[in-house]
Amino acid sequence: MNKPNIKFRDPNEIMKLSRLGSFHQSKLSFLRSFIREFKDWDYKRSLFDLDERGYGTAIYSFSKNARSYSLICFAQHINPDERSDRVIATKWDAAFVLHDGIPTKEDIKRLKENVPKQEVGRVSYKELTLSRANKSVRAFDHAVDSLSLGKQPDKKLLNKVGYLYRTTAVYGSGKFGLADRFRIKDRKEIYGPFRLEMMLVYLVRQFTFDQVNHIAKSKNPDKAIELDLNIARNLGIGNSTGLGMAPFIVNHPTLLHNWIYCREKALKEIRSLEEIDVNELNFFKDCLVKSKNSINSWTTDSKYQNNKINSLKSGLIKFDQFLENKCSVKQKYLWNKIYTWAENNLEDECLEYIVSMMMEPYDNIIDPLINSMSSEEEEYFTIPTHKKVFDLKKILENNYKSIIKIDFNTKDSNFNFWFISKNKEEPRVASRYEERGAELEQPLAIARDIKKLYEKIIKEKQTNTIADFLLKNDEIRHVVRRAFIVDRFPYSEIQDNTIGASLIPIDMLRLKLSFFGAVKFDPRSDKWLRINMYQGAPLSHEMKTSNDTWVYNVVN
Amino acid sequence: MQSLSEIDTTTKRASKASGFSWGVAEEIGKAIRNLELFGLPGIKNLNLYLNKIEKNHPKKVNKIDKENKYKELCPIYCGVAFLDQCQKLEALKKIKFYNVNYPILILPFISKASEIIGKKILMQFNKSSFLINFNKSIFSKNLEKQVIASVDEINIEFLENKNSFSDQEWTELYKLSEKTFVEENDSLKTKGAGAGLTDND
Repeated sequence: MNKPNIKFRDPNEIMKLSRLGSFHQSKLSFLRSFIREFKDWDYKRSLFDLDERGYGTAIYSFSKNARSYSLICFAQHINPDERSDRVIATKWDAAFVLHDGIPTKEDIKRLKENVPKQEVGRVSYKELTLSRANKSVRAFDHAVDSLSLGKQPDKKLLNKVGYLYRTTAVYGSGKFGLADRFRIKDRKEIYGPFRLEMMLVYLVRQFTFDQVNHIAKSKNPDKAIELDLNIARNLGIGNSTGLGMAPFIVNHPTLLHNWIYCREKALKEIRSLEEIDVNELNFFKDCLVKSKNSINSWTTDSKYQNNKINSLKSGLIKFDQFLENKCSVKQKYLWNKIYTWAENNLEDECLEYIVSMMMEPYDNIIDPLINSMSSEEEEYFTIPTHKKVFDLKKILENNYKSIIKIDFNTKDSNFNFWFISKNKEEPRVASRYEERGAELEQPLAIARDIKKLYEKIIKEKQTNTIADFLLKNDEIRHVVRRAFIVDRFPYSEIQDNTIGASLIPIDMLRLKLSFFGAVKFDPRSDKWLRINMYQGAPLSHEMKTSNDTWVYNVVN
Repeated sequence: MQSLSEIDTTTKRASKASGFSWGVAEEIGKAIRNLELFGLPGIKNLNLYLNKIEKNHPKKVNKIDKENKYKELCPIYCGVAFLDQCQKLEALKKIKFYNVNYPILILPFISKASEIIGKKILMQFNKSSFLINFNKSIFSKNLEKQVIASVDEINIEFLENKNSFSDQEWTELYKLSEKTFVEENDSLKTKGAGAGLTDND
């Protein structure tokens, strides 16, 4: 067989929201790369000062050589009517901060006064990430009650929820006074993106198990037992995620590119393998089989998501038959054959699932990519104003093929606007024809503004410099910058209209969450969803001996 | 203490709210962040300037020439235009701006331009001078006030890349560095670099 001509997949197809909204966790995901990076660090619970109801302070840390990271947890009582996952909440069951180093007594006192207040508190450059979480009351209370009576909780109930707590926000990179990224970016252990956010969530998970055990023991010291480790391992941390993530991926174009590029590069390299070892194929098959446990326990009330899950399930049935009957390691370029078949026969949800699974046998391909997934946006901020208008025209025509064809004179094309809410400083989206505030629209209507730029560019003298063009057109400067970025980073732009009437914002969230490594996407509307992180992950004391396929250890 | 990320975001939003386009507001966010990083009073000056233009948004700047006379010059439009045109402006060697409001605000744009063209730039107004080093640092001299509402004249000079020391000073230092070298005898000359005995092969 001749060597097939395998290219990178076309950004015009991959960067459509419907495709990005079909991405799944993979070996590239940040939860998994966090565990790989930190598995040989020393884990310690250095303080656990909770009262009998589970309220108080606890500290967990990871240390190696002279470096330590400490999670400080503050658990408090809240009334049921105060418990809300929405960003409008002002109190949470627990609040967390990841401190750089070992906190002093003064640090703990300062943080105790501020961290539970979250957005209205202030932290310092010595803190790295900040978060809060609420109990899943039915799972948590059931676990406490059962354990205090000397029984393990009902696995069925816990599996249905999947976690004891869910976080409602995880902040980093300078928010609320947290350390700016530039202070820590040269530390080798955090080269991968969102690594400290992933650390925070991982340690929060351990806190939830320790807290549930502690309360059960306090309730009934003679009879209480500890949560079975197999049950604990099967629990992750939930998360409620809203629109805040959507502008993030628009505002970090080179970061977005690096994520997608690494995924695409991995796929291209795997498809280009001429020979496949039988162990590699078996490893792939094994992961695929085990992963179905997670798919089968993926429940949601969302019709949109259920359609996608059904598409995934029926696609996998077809795929299994193909794999069984048509694939053998004797065939050259087997992965390319598998991918090509999947592309021609499966819908996006299942196709991207197979792409994720194909990475599993290949540490040697994936590991070198992990450290290329961060980006320094500022390095690409300056507009190359010495270039000519014809350069820009060419970039627009090459990189925004479908966007420059959109007719923005229709109501549907202009339907939504993105704005920042005054009371919570959080991104929102609304209909410009039904709500007020469109005059304060955020610069997230990239497709519309690119089209506007294109219409101006084609009328401009083509040999003029971009500097000359900007003197007369500074209202579209923000998209001139983007166009020059996309020229160098082809996967940096969503190739869809983010203000159109058919926009499904959760597709943007799912893209980001899949790179985090989240599973069990459970949309609660078209604007927010719940997910699970670290389900099946090794417990803190098991990290050193864990393997990377823990994500497939989930049992029903 | 506010993080640089907060300074960037809030500055960008405040600038947009004051009538600048999103693209220019993005530039202002990065500019003020850099000024504060260099220890110069960016937020202080920007706040006062945005107050000043609240009811009367400044005029944009056209092409920059050797002498730029306006009744009042906006340091932001002026800075952004300078940045955009810096590769052409370098040929002018010296540039003058007249009647510039809040001149400290122009500094970060000149600083970025210094990085782009790879030359140090000297900026002077009143008795103050600023040596701008490739956007890595700004060395200021005689900056008496944290806030300067306006100046009659700003002088900008592109500095040629040349040494800040004499040939004699360099020779002196070089001689000292030679003390780390080993004097080669005949044996070391033939064996030290691992070369063959002849290259006529």
